Amino acid sequence: MPLSLLKYALSREHPAPRFFRDCTEPKKTYDAVIIGGGGHGLAAAYYLAKDFGITNVAVLEKGYIGGGNTGRNTTIVRSNYLTPEGVNFYDASVQMYEGLSQELDINLFYSTRGHFTLAHTESAMRTMRWRAEVNKHVGVESYVVGPEEILKACPQLDISCSGQAPILGALYHAPGSVARHDAVAWGYAKEADRMGVEIFQNTEVTGIDVKSGKVVGVQTNKGYISSGRVLSAVAGFTPRITEMVGIETPIVIHPLQACVSEPMKPWLNTILVSGSLHVYVSQSSRGELVMGSSLDPYEVHSTRSSLDFVEGLSSHIVDMFPFLGNVKVVRQWAGMADITPDFAPIMGKTPVEGFYLDAGWGTWGFKATPISGKTMAETMARDIAPELIKSFRLSRFEEYELTGEKGAASVGH
Amino acid sequence: MKLLQCPVNGTRPISEFTYGGEYREAPDPQTSSDKIWADYVHNRHGSPGLKKEWWYHGPSGTWFIAERNTLTDNVSRTYLFGQEKDA
Repeated sequence: MPLSLLKYALSREHPAPRFFRDCTEPKKTYDAVIIGGGGHGLAAAYYLAKDFGITNVAVLEKGYIGGGNTGRNTTIVRSNYLTPEGVNFYDASVQMYEGLSQELDINLFYSTRGHFTLAHTESAMRTMRWRAEVNKHVGVESYVVGPEEILKACPQLDISCSGQAPILGALYHAPGSVARHDAVAWGYAKEADRMGVEIFQNTEVTGIDVKSGKVVGVQTNKGYISSGRVLSAVAGFTPRITEMVGIETPIVIHPLQACVSEPMKPWLNTILVSGSLHVYVSQSSRGELVMGSSLDPYEVHSTRSSLDFVEGLSSHIVDMFPFLGNVKVVRQWAGMADITPDFAPIMGKTPVEGFYLDAGWGTWGFKATPISGKTMAETMARDIAPELIKSFRLSRFEEYELTGEKGAASVGH
Repeated sequence: MKLLQCPVNGTRPISEFTYGGEYREAPDPQTSSDKIWADYVHNRHGSPGLKKEWWYHGPSGTWFIAERNTLTDNVSRTYLFGQEKDA
């Protein structure tokens, strides 16, 4: 290393740039309090400041920013869902992602790869055709392809899947992308902070104060903060927060696990998903294969990972790519997914005035980060539900108007 | 490998079992309001804690109750439905 560079690094005149201020003491009152410093909460803070000029905002994060599900997903961004409301919503998110690196002035490594959802059975092919038609109707580029086109994009794939479950075709989704997930949280944090939003890490909400059906403040381990607007954007911790305000929801928590292989030279240019084999795989810009599977089978509020998961996932990955038999798994982890019965989020107003919910993100939250931040900011600023998220309201359950979404990660049809 | 105690067949690997969700009392559909029924159909006690749950031992076809802490994943006891006192 040249000596001049070292001198620059140690110079007081050129301190290393911080992404956001190191806030420790919260003020007594804020115009809005956001619980959860993941992508969703930070994006909501950013759009509150940018779109509505509300900058007197505190983001309270129990751990460190982006340390929850924002940093635990498999970074896939796509919009090839099954219901028109789902496709419209996620398509708006994909479009925002495409310009987000410029907007936030940070390199998100946003990389459009194309996305194949493999079908191994006739009934899966039927669902792929259904999804393609819904997508095309809404103006999203998805269509059904045969084995030849899949092999053209990924010649390494064993199309017979070791004879166990031959691939009949796939739903191809051109805008399917991957991005650096922690950079999304850091980018939103940086820009929100620049506009005046205060971000508090290691700050845990221990209670929420509700008076005559209206939220008035939150109790934290750093004292009481009063605010008439509180957003909960805490994914796997949602039931603990809703319990504080006395709201019932259908959310249950299941761990969702993922892992990465050792780094390899680039060979996998596309994103592959198989609902039947319960795997999704892409290659990161570092060369690791990023692999995920379906939910753990029962409720646990923990981020422990298990050997069962890597064993099961590896056997399916080797069915698809026999040559990976000698490749090692180097890291595995889990996130707590907040699952809803209709595989759609719960967004918007709640029976408690001033308390807003951005939850039920299960296995589909990362791809929705920009649009959920934008729509939740509008919900908080104007106390109304924007058109795009009306069908995701909490009251849909007691009205029996569930969304019927099943295009979520690796869910069988 | 995780293990679970089946009240009929003893300790078996977790792969032989299926989770059946939390044990909940159903309200009377003849007398309950639409709101109470919708709450029963959809809403769940999602926060962590000690819960009574349905579990199923596949090879022997046995449904039973397990008391499990959903934060630590520790099962404190298992028993056949209705035999809570003898467990």
